[in-house]
Amino acid sequence: MTTADDVNHALADAHRHEWAQVLAATVRVAGDLDLAQECAQDAYLSALQTWRRDGIPRNPGAWLTTTARRKALDSHRRAAMLRARLPLLIDPGDTSRSGRSGDGSPFPEKQLVEMDEIPDDRLRLVFTCCHPALAREAQVALTLRLVCGLTTEQIAHAFLVSESTMAARVTRAKKKISGARIPYRVPEAHELPARLDAVLTTMHLVFSTGHSAPTGDALVRPELVDRAIELCRVLADLMPDEREVRGLLALMLITDARRTTRLDEAGDLVLLEDQDRSRWDHAAIEQGRVMVREAWRGGRPGRFVIQAAIATLHAEAPTFADTEWKQIVDLYDLLLLAWPSPVVALNRVVAVGFLSGPQAGLVELDKLELEAGRALSTYHYLPATRADFLRRLGSTQAAAASYRLALALVENGVERVFLEHRLAALLTP
Amino acid sequence: MAQYVVLIYENESDYAAASPEVYGEVMDAHNRFAKEVTARGGTIAGGNALQGTDTATSIRGDVVTDGPFVETKEALGGFYLIEADDLDQAIKIAAMVPARFGGVEVRPVMVMPEG
Repeated sequence: MTTADDVNHALADAHRHEWAQVLAATVRVAGDLDLAQECAQDAYLSALQTWRRDGIPRNPGAWLTTTARRKALDSHRRAAMLRARLPLLIDPGDTSRSGRSGDGSPFPEKQLVEMDEIPDDRLRLVFTCCHPALAREAQVALTLRLVCGLTTEQIAHAFLVSESTMAARVTRAKKKISGARIPYRVPEAHELPARLDAVLTTMHLVFSTGHSAPTGDALVRPELVDRAIELCRVLADLMPDEREVRGLLALMLITDARRTTRLDEAGDLVLLEDQDRSRWDHAAIEQGRVMVREAWRGGRPGRFVIQAAIATLHAEAPTFADTEWKQIVDLYDLLLLAWPSPVVALNRVVAVGFLSGPQAGLVELDKLELEAGRALSTYHYLPATRADFLRRLGSTQAAAASYRLALALVENGVERVFLEHRLAALLTP
Repeated sequence: MAQYVVLIYENESDYAAASPEVYGEVMDAHNRFAKEVTARGGTIAGGNALQGTDTATSIRGDVVTDGPFVETKEALGGFYLIEADDLDQAIKIAAMVPARFGGVEVRPVMVMPEG
């Protein structure tokens, strides 16, 4: 006997793990993102009733995929007017495009094969969502909506915009995909590095928005962190030779391993140097460490592999004082070559401050501000870094001024409280 | 197959200051572009260079004014009408369009549903 609870549980599980595959496989039959999404949602709805009646199928993902594809096909058949519709999603592998099959579907029914013959289309879906012709925020929204299966409401909440704004963003992006004919395909080998970089950047943005929310009251938005890690795992499985994918996954695992130690009982920020290292997720760190070691081999490492290596050094240090700052600064130098970003340069300066002391850090910081002050002018970590150097040097008044500058820029509630505490401690002798 | 228009936006003052050699180079570059597209199996369905914005006349409602519709540093100076399978191919072709004093914009042509 299958209880309602069993079905709900199986469905929630299938949504979390199979959604992208169900949708991606349905897109090929539907030839249209919206229709595919509708059919996939319908399939999950049908499952709710059917599984209660007939029991949970042995392979829920296959059941859902076949059902969703059948719904897409039915929909094409029902709507004869669709014949006049433009081909909405361009599938370069589809040779039947010019002569559509008689049922109005862009794909003949014989292609509606059993699950084990359905190719894994999740990569196509990811690369379409992260196409460079779409704005970065649209890439992020589409990836979360279509690949991760988050609702528009959830995504809007995570990025603190209104639901209607997020809905409009997703709709606009989908319209561009069909209107401008962004193809539903995995890029060719020679274009893969650049295209993969866009995918990884999008995933990293989802992760870091979840890890240190730029705005709002919560420091961590776990739903974003978890979805980013999950998606990166899928990508690493599907593209086992891509070292940067492993690098990013390792970076996420090692960074997130500290999640529970980043806040104290009062909900206040705990800095890396004060975190209880025994409570870090050492299994995740070990997993990440093995990945970094593998990904480091085989040529010049990319930016995510290098960042993961830096995260590994932090994670390996038994205490903060034992951190290998020299190696970390060296890795930041390497990272700056691979990815010349002012944010990376600022992180390097922080590491220099721990390697050679706050005075040396201050010198480097002055240099950076001269070169990239404009690019970092709204970045609260810049004055916060200066404040910390000055505090450690005992320059109370100057440090206080920098903390106030940082406070004027910070938009995350938890980080604001941290900076306020630092400022208050400075001014109370 | 779909049609895209590649709009070429360039800084007119750069052209005004350019030597005859530069003009020659630009002409050659456009001729090479046309050959290259054909060689790669693409199709150029049309295109033209436009005279400068100082020859433009704009009409809004019944008001006729001298000058381009929108004043921009980089002005529309020409276009190609190309045929491509999808946006990726269109971008590849558009990236080959010479535009040394600016850049290009790709826009899909609207297809009207058959009545």
